[in-house]
Amino acid sequence: MRRPLTLYGLTFSLPLLIWQLLFFVFPLVFLVALSFWTVKNFRMQPDFDTVNWVTIYGRSVFWQAYGTTLAMAAFAAALVSVLAFPCAYAIAFKLSETARRWAVFLMVIPFFTSYLVRVYSWQIFLSDAGIINVMLGWIGLGPYGLLNTVGATMIGYLTLTFPLVVLLQLFSLVFIDRTLVEAAHNLRCGRLRTVFEVIIPSARVGLVIAALFAFILCFGDFVSPIYLGGGDPTTLSILITDTTKSGQQWPRAAVIALTMIGTLLVVAFAAVRFAYKGRTK
Amino acid sequence: MSERHAGTGGLTRRSLLATGAAVLATPMLSRRAFAAPTELTMLAWYGHAEPDIVAEFEAENNVKFVPKYYTGGDNMLGLISQSPVGTFDVILSDAEYVQALNEAGYVEELDPNDYALADYFPEFQNFPGNWSDGKLFSLVTRFGFLGVAYNTDALTEAEASSYNIFWDEKLKGKVGHFDWHLPNLGQISLLNGNANPYDIDEAAWSAVKDKTMSLRPQIGGFFDYGGTFSSLNDGQMLAFAGIGDWITGVLEKNGAKVRSTIPEEGGLQWSECFSIGKGSQKAELAKKWIQYITSAKGQAKSANMAAYPALIPNQKGWEVLQAENPAEAKRQGMTKDEGNVIDMIRAGRIKYRQWPIQQSLEDWNDFWSEYKGA
Repeated sequence: MRRPLTLYGLTFSLPLLIWQLLFFVFPLVFLVALSFWTVKNFRMQPDFDTVNWVTIYGRSVFWQAYGTTLAMAAFAAALVSVLAFPCAYAIAFKLSETARRWAVFLMVIPFFTSYLVRVYSWQIFLSDAGIINVMLGWIGLGPYGLLNTVGATMIGYLTLTFPLVVLLQLFSLVFIDRTLVEAAHNLRCGRLRTVFEVIIPSARVGLVIAALFAFILCFGDFVSPIYLGGGDPTTLSILITDTTKSGQQWPRAAVIALTMIGTLLVVAFAAVRFAYKGRTK
Repeated sequence: MSERHAGTGGLTRRSLLATGAAVLATPMLSRRAFAAPTELTMLAWYGHAEPDIVAEFEAENNVKFVPKYYTGGDNMLGLISQSPVGTFDVILSDAEYVQALNEAGYVEELDPNDYALADYFPEFQNFPGNWSDGKLFSLVTRFGFLGVAYNTDALTEAEASSYNIFWDEKLKGKVGHFDWHLPNLGQISLLNGNANPYDIDEAAWSAVKDKTMSLRPQIGGFFDYGGTFSSLNDGQMLAFAGIGDWITGVLEKNGAKVRSTIPEEGGLQWSECFSIGKGSQKAELAKKWIQYITSAKGQAKSANMAAYPALIPNQKGWEVLQAENPAEAKRQGMTKDEGNVIDMIRAGRIKYRQWPIQQSLEDWNDFWSEYKGA
């Protein structure tokens, strides 16, 4: 049943609508328009030229960076999901009410500090003369090149997404109907099998959404690839800064950004579809 | 509705409002008595409007600088083009971009008689890009050299005296790039023996690209300003291409074991110039600032800027620096001794960093992206 629009209803919904129009739709439309502008002598000129799209899509560097970024973000999303699940599972099913509240609190604490600062502090651990290599040195190992590697970038991605993924997984795990778990046990289903056949399917929506968030955050991240990965390999976010840094090529950066947004939309729709597949209302 | 309370006596709403307004305005009045400082906006690299440089000028002229710092020439041009005319009173720009500022009409013409140009070394009196059709548009205020930056524990000065050291087996994965094509490719061009590193034909450009690509396996990373500092400081990178004393000087002063040399193949020169922004309402004060910072006293300060040290083009500035801070004058090579930095320029060992002449900037940038992705 549809209700007619009322002034009361509008006062609550309108600010959100205006906000979305002002800070999401309008910039997005502008970004699309910008991607057709041209640059002459460092000055952007409104235009309708497909040159930026042709140039960017014609460059192997772009596709290389695209593949790298996609693979790294997908791997990070899978990795963080796998690592976070035991943690979220333990908090949801093994801890007391009080301990669970403390665990949630601890998961929120990392957000108090800037992500950039946390990533910089990883350098102290990972550099050749850093804490990890010094400790390995005590037992006669190393030094290993840890910083400026893809592995270090992954650590940065985990720093960014791990607490959030644990929290998102946790919120779907705590709402699982415990009687389902009991029923599984009554039917002589083993503990591990219960996890895979009952708990994970029941929490699918939350698990997929958590992985999706991890993917989105990593796909667009600039900080970890540059400060822990040493800017090598080039990711799309680094390519955007490179593009703007020489000759004011904002229109080309817009092409890269739009491609990223498009990719994220496709991935998000696919993930949500998968998450809700087969569910009845 | 406007009932008066019994206890307020003859106080009317009007008198209450008047008193309130007067009370609220008191701080304004007292500030007025000391004359509020005039605000002067400066668009510059970080450090140029910090107290170690501007405090004295601010106190003497009752000025308060409002800095807007940028992170590169392109960023600077973007900020100017997106701001209304007259937003920035003083603009500091790298020499490569000065021409672009002129062409876009972003800066006011300067009167050469206003400035102590006669005190400048002759090489800097007609600095390229500062003049256009015999008119002065900006004034070079400081400069520096780019060569081989190295960790003094890992390399000797003799080893670091050629760009070839970057290919050394012991530096595998330990060579860093400052992430900007212009200084890095310029250095490879010098190594390839191009007398004018940025004015090279297609064959020479091809050779530069090939030579650069051969360096790729040695590279440990591509770093921005902050990353360059930290990776040199903690010894993660043992040699660096594309930078010079403007980075290592800061680290060296803080005790890090890093230095820069100008290798035998030659070095590059970056230069920073001051201009007055088009349509500035405070052009007179902006002029006064440029006079100050290009004077002997201002130059000596500028040479020792906390954010990043630099060489100065004013000879009298050298004298002040030698008297006030002989150690820094010596460290930077601004002494009367033979082989000082002006001698290096005169010996032809230093080339201006500039935009490529026979290729487009885009070609260089595209290659740089390719190189990074290789």
